[in-house]
Amino acid sequence: MSRIVRPYGDTTGDGMVQLSFTLPVPHDKRAEGAALQLAAKMGLDGAMLVHAKPIGEGYTFFVVYGASTHLVNLDEVKVVERDYPHMSPKEVNDAVRERLGRKLCVVGACIGTDAHTVGIDAILNIKGVAGEKGLEYYRELRVVNLGAQVAVPDLVNRAVDEGADAVLVSQVVTQKDAHLHNTREMAAAFREALPPGRRPLLVVGGPRFDEGAAAELGVDRVFSRGTTPSDVASYLVHRLVTSRPATEVETA
Amino acid sequence: MTAPLLPLDPELVARARALAARAAQPVVDLARSHTTVSVERATLRLAGLTGADPDGIPWVNRLADAVAEQTGIEHGIALPVFHALKDHPDLTRLAHAAAAGGVRFELPTGRAAEPARTRARRAVSKGFARIEEQRRERDALVSEIGDPPQRPWIYLIVATGDIFEDIPQAQAAAKAGADVIAVIRSTGQSLLDYVPEGATREGFAGTYATGENFRLMRAALDETSREVGRYIRLTNYASGLCMPEIAALAGMHRLDMMLNDSMYGILFRDINPIRTFVDQRFSRQVHARAGIIINTGEDNYLTTADAVEAAHTVTVSQLLNERFAHEAGLPDPLLGLGHAFEINPEVPESFRLELAHALLARQLFPDAPLKWMPPTKHMTGDVFRGNLLDGFFNLAGVMTGQSILLVGMMTEAVVTPWLSDRDIALQNVRYVLSACAGLAEDFHPPADGFIAKRANHVLGEAVDLLGRIVDDGLLNAIADGTFGIMKRPADGGRGLEGVAERADDYWSPAAEILDRDDATTPVHEEPVR
Repeated sequence: MSRIVRPYGDTTGDGMVQLSFTLPVPHDKRAEGAALQLAAKMGLDGAMLVHAKPIGEGYTFFVVYGASTHLVNLDEVKVVERDYPHMSPKEVNDAVRERLGRKLCVVGACIGTDAHTVGIDAILNIKGVAGEKGLEYYRELRVVNLGAQVAVPDLVNRAVDEGADAVLVSQVVTQKDAHLHNTREMAAAFREALPPGRRPLLVVGGPRFDEGAAAELGVDRVFSRGTTPSDVASYLVHRLVTSRPATEVETA
Repeated sequence: MTAPLLPLDPELVARARALAARAAQPVVDLARSHTTVSVERATLRLAGLTGADPDGIPWVNRLADAVAEQTGIEHGIALPVFHALKDHPDLTRLAHAAAAGGVRFELPTGRAAEPARTRARRAVSKGFARIEEQRRERDALVSEIGDPPQRPWIYLIVATGDIFEDIPQAQAAAKAGADVIAVIRSTGQSLLDYVPEGATREGFAGTYATGENFRLMRAALDETSREVGRYIRLTNYASGLCMPEIAALAGMHRLDMMLNDSMYGILFRDINPIRTFVDQRFSRQVHARAGIIINTGEDNYLTTADAVEAAHTVTVSQLLNERFAHEAGLPDPLLGLGHAFEINPEVPESFRLELAHALLARQLFPDAPLKWMPPTKHMTGDVFRGNLLDGFFNLAGVMTGQSILLVGMMTEAVVTPWLSDRDIALQNVRYVLSACAGLAEDFHPPADGFIAKRANHVLGEAVDLLGRIVDDGLLNAIADGTFGIMKRPADGGRGLEGVAERADDYWSPAAEILDRDDATTPVHEEPVR
């Protein structure tokens, strides 16, 4: 199979894509021409304007179909592949019980002004997400969910008090890059408060994070869209239990 | 409403209400016997104190803090404030002096208290007169310009962070068909223990609720209301730590609806339960005087809990919200009780279940302007499927006669709505409203059918849960995670330090007026069975 791909409409290689956007102009012939010109500049060949509709007085919404002139080489696509084995809740519990010999403590929160607990709740609440139960369901995990709008110093203090092995932070609001600022602030606060060997594993998640940005943000791991509780649990066990000695050497 | 849409067991309905009244009573007693810093500050706002110090801290906070430090808040701060006012030209200058540490506050007693009492009553009456005037102005505008021609009213959210950006967006939304504009608040405002001042241009995922922002937006929508020929209602949020103050500002600036849930702040913002219930009672009393429709937040429970398993917690919360609202003097036409279309679309018969739950609410609260909230939890980023789901949500709203419909966005969970997202969403609503305008008339589920059985089943579960809440106490039920899975103990959460038990000599000119109203407003009393 070819490693070079184009979008697929109804025939291999047709390159067909569909695109919708709004231009800040009233709907007339010129507006439609502008939409087609934009589509051409975006790399659509033989673009068809299939729908144009005025929105209010000065805006027009367009739907355009056309053949993309771009190709993608799958061999050149870079992604963060999962670098730890996926485990079931039972495997996670067994590993923690047998190799750690105590419960693994996870403290979770939405930090800063972010009030959207949907992410942290999906991972932590027993209810879970996508048919998976959350970390509260794992018998060998002790979960402390601090909820929304937790101040970073409070999170650090609580993590210390609870003896957290891992801290999970969820950030949904991305306006003005709030998620990135908050994450850096949190990472810095933990670095300041605790020496490397005693720092909990810092994990941040949210739909708009780049999974490759962990080092840049000062955290151990970034999870993005589509993460489920078992992804997080597997990662925690991998880093804190099964590959523990290596981690200690690394951070000591 | 004419014929009942759904045959509900009348005995079960009566039992549910009686239990809700019993469950609410201890909390009402608690609310009546406590005060909070925000209730006291709201009194100062009603007395006309505005403005903020150079750091942006409102003068009501500076003054209230100074009094609280010296006399505490348990006697009410009005007497110390208005007693001290004898030596100052007005409240603003008294606040300046107090902030500089130059005022000695004391609680006047006996005859010495009378002049202070008179001054306080006079000042606060002006605030209530403004609220009354705005209420009359709304009535006049509605009768002059008219209400939306259809039900449900179409409710749209605007949120840019900048009030001057919000205004044209809100006006455009009204012209595109919105009947109600909600200016969503900046993330985090609920946890500020003060209300920011002035027109604001910087917010996170929303715009700060301030008196000036309220005034600017209301004036703009008055203009648009005349243009479009229907009175466009304005909504904001009386929630969080400053609920009473925001309610007072809303009344004085003619907001038309306010989100005001009895338990939302406790569950989702970890605000102390007692603080919340005390603040909430005061804010609802103010809303009642202002003719403001409250919107309750039951939809939120379903975003954390499962919408099928937890359906009865919505009913329980609606009954409690109703009870607390009645007790605070709000009549049924001002009770925008909430519920939502949040059942997982993968569940078989999910639409029939939604219809059952929606009809149950409609039937239980026939005179309340119910607020029907769109799917959010199961909006995945697949915008095409999202648009279909929103269509079914709209259809359920029309079929079951909902009163206020919050327009669902197919880009929920993806981006804050774009101009085109709103347009597509409104097109969806308009199609359903025009295609099925009178469908409710033909839709009478049979007594032995799936929908009627499910509705009665949920009501039965609600009665069971209410029974347990009566036995355990509502505060314990909240502490145990009964609602939305969140566990919130009564001695935890934010804002507890701003709560005080009222002393025997507690006096507030606002409470005096509001509680007098209470006595004259016939409150719906249900017999306990």
